[in-house]
This record gives sequence, structure tokens and C-alpha cells, in this order.
Amino acid sequence: MSRLSIRNVSKSYIADKISGLALSPASLDVEEGEFVCLVGPSGCGKTTLLHMIAGLLESDTGVILYDGEIITGPGAGRAMVFQDFALFPWLDVLGNVEFGLRFSDIPHRKRRKAALESLVRVNLGNVVHSRIHELSGGMKQRVAIARALAAHPRVLLMDEPFAALDAMTREQLYADVQFICSGNGTTVVFVTHNIREAVCLGDRVILFSEHPGRICREFSVRLPRPRQINDPKLSALSLEITRALKQRGTSARKRL
Amino acid sequence: MKKLINISESLLFAAAALALWEYGAHAGWWQIFLFPSPSSIFAYLQEAAEDGTLWSALLVTIHRLFLGYFIGVLAGVPLGLLSAKLNLVKNTIGLLGLGFQGLPSVCWVPLAVLWFGQEESAILFVVIMGTVWSVMLSTENGLSNVPPIYARAARTMGAGAAYTLLFVTLPASAPFVVSGMKQGWAFAWRSLMSAEIYVTILTGFGLGQLLHFGRELNAMEQVIGVMLIIILVGLLSDKLIFSPLERSLHKRWGTNIN
Repeated sequence: MSRLSIRNVSKSYIADKISGLALSPASLDVEEGEFVCLVGPSGCGKTTLLHMIAGLLESDTGVILYDGEIITGPGAGRAMVFQDFALFPWLDVLGNVEFGLRFSDIPHRKRRKAALESLVRVNLGNVVHSRIHELSGGMKQRVAIARALAAHPRVLLMDEPFAALDAMTREQLYADVQFICSGNGTTVVFVTHNIREAVCLGDRVILFSEHPGRICREFSVRLPRPRQINDPKLSALSLEITRALKQRGTSARKRL
Repeated sequence: MKKLINISESLLFAAAALALWEYGAHAGWWQIFLFPSPSSIFAYLQEAAEDGTLWSALLVTIHRLFLGYFIGVLAGVPLGLLSAKLNLVKNTIGLLGLGFQGLPSVCWVPLAVLWFGQEESAILFVVIMGTVWSVMLSTENGLSNVPPIYARAARTMGAGAAYTLLFVTLPASAPFVVSGMKQGWAFAWRSLMSAEIYVTILTGFGLGQLLHFGRELNAMEQVIGVMLIIILVGLLSDKLIFSPLERSLHKRWGTNIN
């Protein structure tokens, strides 16, 4: 049984009195411990799908199964990391990470220790009592990752988590995320519009196209880990995917 | 350095204005029973401070202010919360509040006197009416300014709807609520002064009543002296309590004032 099983899931939207398909029926299976990247231009339905996996959005058709059970709403087993961090400014760093444990099975008195461990894992053991506004963007996103991982979720959903960060910070985080998420069975679904990023991080890259949003191709990435974003093999594969995406774009235009 | 220049500019202006005022009064540029000199106003204030009338009036006024404001905030914040979350409340009490907010609080005085008589409760009523609606509306506005991403994040961690409202959306709106409370304080202060000037009661003699009796006695030093004290109380509560609190919250929350 797959950890996540997406079956014929679609979603339409209504904007300016025009309705359209944000995501036409899509199916996808994600296995335990797998790192899957959803890539595509904006408006291709990748974020919509991620929000449906998180349980923040209901699908119009189809179902998403999590360990064989239909997802009906958010649950602590599926943690999420957002592009703009979504950290709570009224809590300090440790408080934010502890918040991620409030609804977990971890008993009350062990939560502080678990939160500290999670912060150490993302290399933030030295800023536990800092205020959120005192941190850099990269540190904020680390706190958000620590918060998401503190309760040891089976699935980690990441919604363009590095899009708001500078290139150097991103590079460091690619290494960190690979280190944190490999070998402990955590399933990751990672949304990005950056193909290189997807190839650097993912075991599989799912390519989406727009108008209407749909899954158009799938690539397996078999490069050894840890991967460097500047690895020539990685560049070659991202180039191939970029071409595939462009072809899609032109063929779609021709059809119009 | 810039700060030093700012302060010295303000001080110089104040000193020059006072000197001119004092000189003008002595030189007979105007009739001093209408506009007494600063020195005679300070003499009055000194006398009132020594015989205790000023302190007791200040105490009575501040007591009323705190009590009315406290009740106003206690009612206004939950009302704003409900109004932001329940359309029914927004369309009923919210709309009512919007109307009452536009009513200058001195307009409550005749009604309060007829309902409660020349009593402490009449004053309290006016202060509460002046406070509660503005606090309610700014709390509601604050909650609707909270980025929805906070609630979304909390829900993905497993928080329920009520928990999210109380422990995520409400604290997230704190800077806006405090801005509302600051505005509420200003309204409470204005309401209290209107009430004290119009409602003369024997149970307590506040600053507004002191001002009123200054007029009755034609004691211009008293009128202007008490006005100065009222300005001072308003200024101090803003500079010492609300502005620093508001600034630090907005900074920490990463939100902007306004």
C-alpha cells in the first residue's frame, strides 16, 4: 500500500465569474520514504494538489488515500512547510517548534526536549529563545522545518519553501533537507517551479502543465545522494526536463 | 544628535511661547481675567496641589477612567471577536456599533442623566459607551487583518477550529487589538471629560467638575490650569503606556502601524 495514493483528483475554480479547471483528474502514488517533487509553471495545479493532500482543500472528484484512508481534513501525520514560513511571532523559536507538538502523542513533559532535538537537527540549537523577527529568512525556514518535523510526521508537505530565500541560503538548505529527510522513512512532497531544485532533491519529479493544470510527465532521478545543485549530471537532467516542459508549451499553443 | 535637536527645538519653542505669554499679560496686551498669565496659573496649580483638591480630583477622574475603560475593553474585545467570526453578529451588533461609534460621546450625556440621574453610574455609562464600540470595531478589523496562513499552518499541525481562533488568530491580531485599545483609551478620556463637565455629583469631584466650577466661579486660572492637567494626563498615558506597547508589538509581529 502506498503512503499516499491520489486517485482521479480534480479541482475547479471560479474567478471573475469564469470557472476553469485548476487541476484536471490526476492520479499519483507516493511510497513510504520517497521524495517527490511537483514541478510546473504557476497555475498548473501543483499547489492545489498539495493543499488537498494536506487536507486544507477538498477535491471536486476523486479521493486521496493516506495509508489507505481517505483524507477528509488536516492531520498531524501530514506536516506542512509554507513559502512564507507561517511562524507565529508571539512565540519564540522554541515556542513555535513546541506548538507543532501540541497535538501529537508526545506527552506534555517530553515536548520541550523533543522540540530542542528538532531544532538541533536543523542546526538551530543556539537560537532557541530568539524572537522570530530577529532571524534571517533562511533561519526562519529552518524553524518552520523543525516545527513540521518535531512530531515526526510520516508525510512532509513543502510548498515552495525556498522560493523567498537567496541563492546561497537555498544551496545550504538543499544539503540540509537531503540530510534531514533521507533514511528515516519520511515521505516528502515538495512543490517548486524550479526544475533544478526538483532534480536536486527528488527521487521522482512530476511535471505539471497549465491550461488546464494536469500531470504531463514523470522523471526518475537516480543520481547518488547527497546531490549538489551544480553537479553537471544534475544540470543535464534538468535541461532534459526543461525541454520537455517547453515542448508541452508549444504543442499546447499549436492546438489552440 | 537628531533627537537632541528635536528636543531642544521643542523646548525653545515652549520657553519662547511662555515668555511672550507672561510678558503680554503683564504689559496689558489683553484683559488678564480672560487670559491670565502663566505664573498665576502655576500659582493656582500649586495652591490646588497643596490643599489637595487637585490630587483628589485627579484620583477620582483616573478611577472612573480605569473602571469605564476596563469594562469597555472587556466587552469590546469579545464583541469584536464574535463580529469578525459570525456574520450574524456583524450584521446586527456590528452595524449598531458602527452607528454608535459615529455618535460623539457627549451626546450620551442627556440620556445617561435621565436614565441614571446625577449619579456615578451615569458617568460610567457615558465612558463605556464611548469606549466599547471603538474597541469592538478595531478588534474586528484586527482579526480580519490576520494573514490566513497562520490558521492554515495551525490546522496542518492538528489544531481544531476553536483552538485556532483562540490561540492563533487572536494572538496574531494582538498589534491591531492594542491599536484599537489605544484608540479606545482616547475615546474613554474624551467621554469622561464630557460626562464630568455635564454631570455634577457630590459623590466624587473629578477634573471635569473642577473645570466646570472654574467657569462658574469665573476663575480663569483654574480653567486653564485644569485644562493643562487634562492635556498632561492624555499625553503621558499615550507616551508612557500605549505608544511603546504598540510599537514593540508591531515590530515583533512584523506588521506596520496603520
